Amino acid sequence: MSRQSWVVAVVFLAATSLAQDQNPLANDPKAAKAGEYEFRINCALCHGLGARGGGRGPDLTRAQKKHTHNDAEMFQVISNGIPGTAMPANGTNGQGVGMTDTEIWQIITYIRSQEVKASAKTSGDPAHGKQLFFGDGNCSMCHMVEGKGGRLGPDLTGVGGSRTREAIIDSIRNPSRRLAWGLTESTKEFPQEFETVTAVTQDGKQIKGVALNEDSFTVQVMDSGEHIYLLEKDKLKSFQKSRESMMPKYDPDVLSDKEVDDIVSFLASVGAK
Amino acid sequence: MRTRGCTAMIFRTLNLSVLGGRSLRSQRLKLLAVILSALTTTQAQVTADRLLNASKEPQNWLTYSGDYSGKRFSALDQINANNAPTIVAKWVYQTGATGKFETTPLVVDGILYATGPDNRAFALDARTGRPIWMYQRQVPSDIRPCCGRVNRGVAILGDKVFFGTLDAHVIALDTKTGALRWDVTSADYRTGHSFTVAPLAVKNLIIIGISGGEYGVRGFIDAYDADTGERKWRFYTVPGPGEPGHDTWEGDSWKVGGAPAWNTGTYDPATNQIFWPTGNPAPSNRGAGRAGDNLYSNSLLALNADTGKLNWYFQFTKHDEHDWDATQVPILIDANGKKLIVQADRNGYFYVIDRTNGKLISATPYGKTTWSDSKDSDGRPVANKNAEPTLNGHTVCPGALGTTNYMPPTYNPQTGLFYVTARDQCDIFSTAPQPYEAGHAFYGSAYFPSEEAEPYLGFLKAIDPATGEVKQKFQHTSPTWSGVLSTAGGLVFSGDAEGNFIAFDAATLKPLWHFQMGGAVYAGPMSFAVDGKQYVAIAAGSAIYAFGLP
Repeated sequence: MSRQSWVVAVVFLAATSLAQDQNPLANDPKAAKAGEYEFRINCALCHGLGARGGGRGPDLTRAQKKHTHNDAEMFQVISNGIPGTAMPANGTNGQGVGMTDTEIWQIITYIRSQEVKASAKTSGDPAHGKQLFFGDGNCSMCHMVEGKGGRLGPDLTGVGGSRTREAIIDSIRNPSRRLAWGLTESTKEFPQEFETVTAVTQDGKQIKGVALNEDSFTVQVMDSGEHIYLLEKDKLKSFQKSRESMMPKYDPDVLSDKEVDDIVSFLASVGAK
Repeated sequence: MRTRGCTAMIFRTLNLSVLGGRSLRSQRLKLLAVILSALTTTQAQVTADRLLNASKEPQNWLTYSGDYSGKRFSALDQINANNAPTIVAKWVYQTGATGKFETTPLVVDGILYATGPDNRAFALDARTGRPIWMYQRQVPSDIRPCCGRVNRGVAILGDKVFFGTLDAHVIALDTKTGALRWDVTSADYRTGHSFTVAPLAVKNLIIIGISGGEYGVRGFIDAYDADTGERKWRFYTVPGPGEPGHDTWEGDSWKVGGAPAWNTGTYDPATNQIFWPTGNPAPSNRGAGRAGDNLYSNSLLALNADTGKLNWYFQFTKHDEHDWDATQVPILIDANGKKLIVQADRNGYFYVIDRTNGKLISATPYGKTTWSDSKDSDGRPVANKNAEPTLNGHTVCPGALGTTNYMPPTYNPQTGLFYVTARDQCDIFSTAPQPYEAGHAFYGSAYFPSEEAEPYLGFLKAIDPATGEVKQKFQHTSPTWSGVLSTAGGLVFSGDAEGNFIAFDAATLKPLWHFQMGGAVYAGPMSFAVDGKQYVAIAAGSAIYAFGLP
């Protein structure tokens, strides 16, 4: 039968499982192996093979996790999802048939077996990264962190806790390679991406900005002045959409590897909170 | 509702008569008998004969696809290409359910019957959307249907509507009250069996196919006596020992071979054959352990309606490793003196088959495909070696969701075109070995969108069955799960993932009208008329919407 990939088409009332407080399969290598395959089928789409994080979901090999502190909480998160995020409740993302309690514990056992206990060594200087973010790097012109900055790009307050270091660096160096996800609607298969829209109105006004949302007949666009335009496509002189991000490509001659490292360390320090 | 009001008035009359003299009472009782008998004949039952001649009553929508041929074509033309821009919403019925809403309503003589998520069924006043009755069967807490707690609709026959439940029961409800008339257990839901399909009523039988290809069920198609619920026949879509086709399975793999039958088939009264499509072999994306063609997975079956005996089969994808269920509605068309079946398959090819013998006439790609670059002597596309999933995975087009899926297509005899929802999407297929365990997911695989891939594209395509050529297409903003309806008004209706319901010009596929319904579409549209007024209806979000002229 049809299994829907990507994310979430649908939000269900999560079935509340009566979770145990303890993982009955903790440290069982056989359970970890079974969990590895369950993880590939149910979780790897966003969290990557090996649980090291994908373009969409956090790196789960970090011992410290944002939403869970112990196995019982992790069980709850896998069962019920995380409201307001792309993390769906078990069995509702259309990707899998949903897991039994045993299979969820297997996955938790697998994730624990993959965790890197030592906190990741960051070579970067978060204080300098913060200066760059709000200063010469011009990041805050479009991105907000903890309520300061611009609105054109995604809010990056939580990104350090939800994306891998490599994924963040990749986004800085090559922002068009994988556009960030924006609005996720509860019944819709695909989230809106940060695509670039160029439109010309009947009176000749050119509008260039980021698509906040779009359908076949209308588009909602924010320009670099953070003005929101509500456009009807058939009333425009021209309408073009591009997967070339509005974000400039930060080459090493603009931001050195060290500077990028500092910015990522800053984001990681905020995201870990 | 009108009937109920009248009856109440009659009983008031009766009470008064008790106070009167004997002769008066006798007269009034006679009068009452006359009135009651008039009432009971106002709404005719849906006989098997009416189902055979469904196209002669276009004001009604009597089967999942409108009639036995599966065309999903309405002969109503009051709403047409000229007045389409003036279409307005007439009513909305909120089910209160969450989850994908895949039903196609039926309408009989002004009453609309539909199902909803979580084992719901209901009847509405088709002019207003006001409910007449509602039914819901408790969903067991340990049920885990693979792809949502969905249902695609009821069948109607006599004074009963029939639907399959998520816990694998087939039940009959009274058309007038929604009361349970019979309830049979078809299979054990704890082993992954479930029903999501709209049944098909043929003669006095209710035909229904099982879901559960993701759990390694052994697929089947059942026929139940409409009066009693007694099972009249069962056709196992995976042959057992000694049966033809059994040798297309390695070892005991047939026992968990899948091949479910989760979309509604069609019926040809002239030959008394049911045409029913089947789904993927299990595990869905790993062929190791089930060497062979794996009959009758991903096939079109021609069954004798009375006995369930197999007349012929056509397998679209042999030994499938990409989850390409052939569960699309097989549409019967007659062209140039030939009796044909046309099916736009999930594997990306549009097939034209001779329905008298199951012989392939043509197979033409109608979307992006990479899995085949040759055909066998029958003209059937053959998988290339590179299509096989590997441990680390590699890209194959179409992806696991296919070029199309369960969403019902339409054939419009006036334009001679077949209209289908299609998507261009490629996935990385990677194997993930998994042992069979009863009631557990049994994929043997994981698939991912390629990170480098282009965004997935969604289309409405118009295909000429004579050539397989895509004559027109409309590109949606993103891929949709909506089915398609065509009408004699020169229109094609479909919905999108962004929540729009759209009327297209049938010749050009130019949108003439749209309405934002606020929820994505996972269902097929249909049309009906009450009191001489045409409506078009579709499920979206968690509601049913009906549209008409101002």
